Amino acid sequence: MSTGYYGPFGGAFIPEILHETFRRLTEEYASARSDPDFWRDYEKLMENYSGRPTPLSFAENLSKHFGRKIYIKREDLNQTGAHKANNVMGQGLLVQRMGKRRVIAETGAGQHGVATATMAARLGLDCVVYMGAKDVARQRPNVFWMERLGATVIPVTAGSQTLKDAINEAMRDWVASMDDTHYVLGTACGAHPFPEMVSWFQSIIGAEAHKQILAQEGRLPTHVYACVGGGSNAMGIFQGFLDNPEVELIGVEAGGDGIDTGRHAARIASNAAVTGVAQGYKTYFLQDGDGQMKETSSVAAGLDYVGVSPILANLHEQKRVRFEAATDSEVMEAHDLLMRKEGLIAALESSHAVAQAFKELPNLPEDAVVVINLSGRGDKDIFTIADALDDPQWREFIIKKGNEYAKGQEKES
Amino acid sequence: MSQSALKSHITETLKRKPILLMSHLVLGYPSVAENHRVIDAMVANGVDMMELQIPFSEPSADGETIARANQSALDLGFKVDQAFEMFSQVTARHQIPFLIMTYFNIMLARGIERFIADAASSGIRGLIIPDLPLEEAGEAMALAKKYGLDWIQLLTPTTPVDRLVKLGAAAEGFTYCVARKGVTGKETNFDELGAYLKQCRKAAPSLPLALGFGVRRKADVDALVGQADIAIIGTEGIRIHENEGAEAVGAFFGGLRE
Repeated sequence: MSTGYYGPFGGAFIPEILHETFRRLTEEYASARSDPDFWRDYEKLMENYSGRPTPLSFAENLSKHFGRKIYIKREDLNQTGAHKANNVMGQGLLVQRMGKRRVIAETGAGQHGVATATMAARLGLDCVVYMGAKDVARQRPNVFWMERLGATVIPVTAGSQTLKDAINEAMRDWVASMDDTHYVLGTACGAHPFPEMVSWFQSIIGAEAHKQILAQEGRLPTHVYACVGGGSNAMGIFQGFLDNPEVELIGVEAGGDGIDTGRHAARIASNAAVTGVAQGYKTYFLQDGDGQMKETSSVAAGLDYVGVSPILANLHEQKRVRFEAATDSEVMEAHDLLMRKEGLIAALESSHAVAQAFKELPNLPEDAVVVINLSGRGDKDIFTIADALDDPQWREFIIKKGNEYAKGQEKES
Repeated sequence: MSQSALKSHITETLKRKPILLMSHLVLGYPSVAENHRVIDAMVANGVDMMELQIPFSEPSADGETIARANQSALDLGFKVDQAFEMFSQVTARHQIPFLIMTYFNIMLARGIERFIADAASSGIRGLIIPDLPLEEAGEAMALAKKYGLDWIQLLTPTTPVDRLVKLGAAAEGFTYCVARKGVTGKETNFDELGAYLKQCRKAAPSLPLALGFGVRRKADVDALVGQADIAIIGTEGIRIHENEGAEAVGAFFGGLRE
């Protein structure tokens, strides 16, 4: 029988060669999940290594600005600066249980790759990260750190040379290496048990946020905003409030240049995606009439993906999560306002959640209490943001640096 | 076309030849015209069956060469409708059985029933869908049966015996045994296949057995005689076509069984 379905979405569309690997992984995950010691060890590790619980910060200045209470869940304060740490450390503990020695991962912007590389360094595992050649070219700082951490980064030149192609390439590695290798998938997508397993590790966000808002505000929030690429940070925080129907959950996708331009990655909010099967699972994919995946576009590489978590696709069908899209320009504005008012440098991915909340706040009831999941910090986006702002001093700095390197090269040759 | 057409073609041919050759090509790569030239050359040189791959943007079970061919075909604008036109043309022109190989989303996008009905009416004999495991294939397998197409099961060296038996029981036409772990287009050690192939044979004793992944030269085919009924050659044909052209592909297949 087929397993791992969420309404009509999910499943495990895997080649026969991986059937046994997935069966064992599912078994190991189920046994970890029913073992209370495993979760305790996980929480202890996250407390000791990643600074959990992360704070739920009251955004006092923004609250004054909008006249409604705004809280920010600080996943940016994790090890490596994003919620990705929750997933990789959890899967790392599973890898230890399974006795495997090597991990592979896909990465788009490089955040999941860096997180996986830190986990591998800490747990003493070999690590290979697949990354689209286009992403390697535009995310050199993360490639630099992955390599310094001891990981091998392999640029993927197939297909559109971005995240989806990196996932395909990681699968190609895994069908040969499954005996000693675990594939650390970075988001709540892919074949069963990945969507459920990644969501479980990320549920630590929502469990903390639920307790924290009750402690600070004495009530649950009215609205929770999270950005949605694959959907792992959104699944993480939403799970803390899924059983509270009075809490409205809003997933924010990448609107890119605007839905009507076609250059976006808003699978659900655009209504343009069609149910399909790729990369091991069934969900809404942005695809053409033949079933070929389309190219997506966003200022935030981490949201630039053709599919979406099957669990979120189902929560959309059930009308439990409302999906919206924020455009690149709305995101840049929100990013700026959050910085000026609260001193927080958000990742461009996370800034989508911030942007949508800012759009809606003026129209919310005055007693609204809003929680925004700040899934990651924005240091990594310095090049993109400086470009968008066309900052002249930054440009001068890069030119000067470039000239220095060029001179160094001339001397060598 | 009766359901056993594929199996009886294979059994009949085995009376004349020690082993059958099944080739593989990616439709639309490098062009439809070139596809026709290669197919003609393959048939003229004794290829007994052929897998025609409808390109997909996410060919995750394929190795570098075939994956790149998929993307090139799409970059050149190849459409699924063209694939169905080609099926009608090649099945009218050549007597050998043709099978479709593609990924499930291509089938899903056309509508599973429409895809299978169109395949049957254009003379296709069987379907190979590597990302649709037995657990998910129920609807498609039932429709294939309804339209008289064989649904090809893939058996692999990592498949436990009880599952091999389950796959064998569901198999039609022939069993497609994957020679090793990994994707298409890499080296296979043919000396170590004996025990595995025996298990595959036991799982579906009444069906012909095909072996693919890493079959690339005459010595490989020779090693399979007596152990397998069909040798599947995919990537190597595409490599030769890329490097030496359609005629060389014909000569290559002609030489595999000399």
